[in-house]
Amino acid sequence: MSGRLIVHRAGPGLTVQDLGRPGGMGLGLSRGGAADRYGFLDGAALLGNPPGAAALEMTVGGGRFGVDAPARFALSGAPLRATLNGSAVAPFATHAIAPGDVLDIGPAEGGVYGYLHISGGLLTEEELGGRGRHRIAGLGPDLADGDELPFGDDPEPGAAPLRLVPRAPGDQPVRVIPGPQTDLFSADARARFEATTFLRSPKGNRQGVRLDGDGDGAPFATEAQLGQVSDFISEGDIQMTGDGTPFVLLADCQTMGGYPRIGTVIPADLPRIAQAVPGAKLRFRFVPLSEAEATWQSDDDIYRAARKRREARIRDPREMSDLLSYELVDRPDPEVAG
Amino acid sequence: MTQPSPQILPLGLDGVLVRFADSLSEEANRAALAYRAALDAARPPGVVETATSLTSVLVRFRPGETGREALEDVLNEALAERDWYAAPLPRGRALWRIPAVFGGADGPELEEVAEAAGVTAGTAVEEIAAADLRVLALGFAPGQPYLGFLDAHWNIPRHTNVTAEVPRGAVVVAVRQVIPFANAAPTGWRQIGRTPFRCYSRQGTPAIPLAAGDAVRFEPVPARDFDRLTEAGPLGGAVREALE
Repeated sequence: MSGRLIVHRAGPGLTVQDLGRPGGMGLGLSRGGAADRYGFLDGAALLGNPPGAAALEMTVGGGRFGVDAPARFALSGAPLRATLNGSAVAPFATHAIAPGDVLDIGPAEGGVYGYLHISGGLLTEEELGGRGRHRIAGLGPDLADGDELPFGDDPEPGAAPLRLVPRAPGDQPVRVIPGPQTDLFSADARARFEATTFLRSPKGNRQGVRLDGDGDGAPFATEAQLGQVSDFISEGDIQMTGDGTPFVLLADCQTMGGYPRIGTVIPADLPRIAQAVPGAKLRFRFVPLSEAEATWQSDDDIYRAARKRREARIRDPREMSDLLSYELVDRPDPEVAG
Repeated sequence: MTQPSPQILPLGLDGVLVRFADSLSEEANRAALAYRAALDAARPPGVVETATSLTSVLVRFRPGETGREALEDVLNEALAERDWYAAPLPRGRALWRIPAVFGGADGPELEEVAEAAGVTAGTAVEEIAAADLRVLALGFAPGQPYLGFLDAHWNIPRHTNVTAEVPRGAVVVAVRQVIPFANAAPTGWRQIGRTPFRCYSRQGTPAIPLAAGDAVRFEPVPARDFDRLTEAGPLGGAVREALE
């Protein structure tokens, strides 16, 4: 059954996202879409939505939501702290929601981008082949309190509750492949880049994330820093801005840029950059193309793998312990309670 | 200077970059446009997208359908077919006359830019209006053109510090190029003017008016005309004339 998702409160950073608008690089349009594609696809897989079905992406601001027709929902990506009518709901699981229910979503825990998927997917207006907000491209809606977002028919109506264990992010250095401008950096600069422990700066958004060095290293400038010819950018590129500060480019990056890029974070590891909270430590390691190619997964591959991780959610002990912990709190967390 | 030779380089796990030069040149830009057109006509297996930047062609592929090495062989064969640097500009080009306000509140960095170019602000505007510019590529944001080339004394580097935001329509310059911005965005380029022309508008037909290879002339207009031209529609008073 289709219906409308009601946005009672839109926290900062709340956007509609899908898998983006591929194929527009020649027109100046980067793909965009969910900042963490793997996390996003977990939610679509849980509900049985098609991989590209649109959902809500949220950051620390969360939001408060309702529906005008019965539906199922799932939270994925960064673990979101949420309650349905005051009772905790587990992320990475399917839940029923009915008119009158209040779904409060608070900040993500241990991550940046969380997703609220609704059965049937959001059917907001499409523009240039996608529904998502892409700020630099000027596409997609800005959401506000009171918005009502249409959603489609449940692809698996009456499905038993399901859960899924999200993919483990890993703690090895983030893998980087060389790109067209890697050779502009000296062997010494590249070695220093691999030896540096970076901190995810508070400066970061869907366009890119700034990395702060550990304090004692020189910036990663090249000789041709400011006069470089602009050329194609790829999601995951590690760009050195004018003063040699690294930025890792995310989904809403521009299509072309003139700052040199030392390499490209492989897609399998890019969610770790997107989900790194300010202050999180990040290390990088160059890997040969052949090694990186073995990690390639299309969106359909990622989706199918997530579908295989689905399992029945009958008695989820983790959710039980969550429930207990919420009941032990005297007052509801204002962020969660909205 | 010796003739540049094309390079084939990886760009992400599903992309190949065919780079015709690592510095900006008219020949390399023409080569990229012609090479991409030939690839689009040949449709090599596994290729899902092609695009041109200033001096390069991006070829994006489906790794499940073709391997990087096999694709690079196809791209190398295509490179050997002709002297791409001698290729003509694409057919069906247009000349666009685009109004813009220069200096003042709409061009806060005009004085600084003129000084860097070694001319007065008045001369700077005259030179930009007199320049036969060409859409070298669409990039950064939908429909946004990189226009070149200004004369050699306009080879002004980008700012070391990024300007937090220039407005939609900002006319910015750096490295012998001019860009009218499609949207408000941060930039390291310097804002000298503002145009009511929209690089992309879903109401426009077509939504993206400019194409790589098109010719562009800027026509300076007084600041008081800006609102009237904006209200005239997404082209903002710009006029298209077919070439050839």
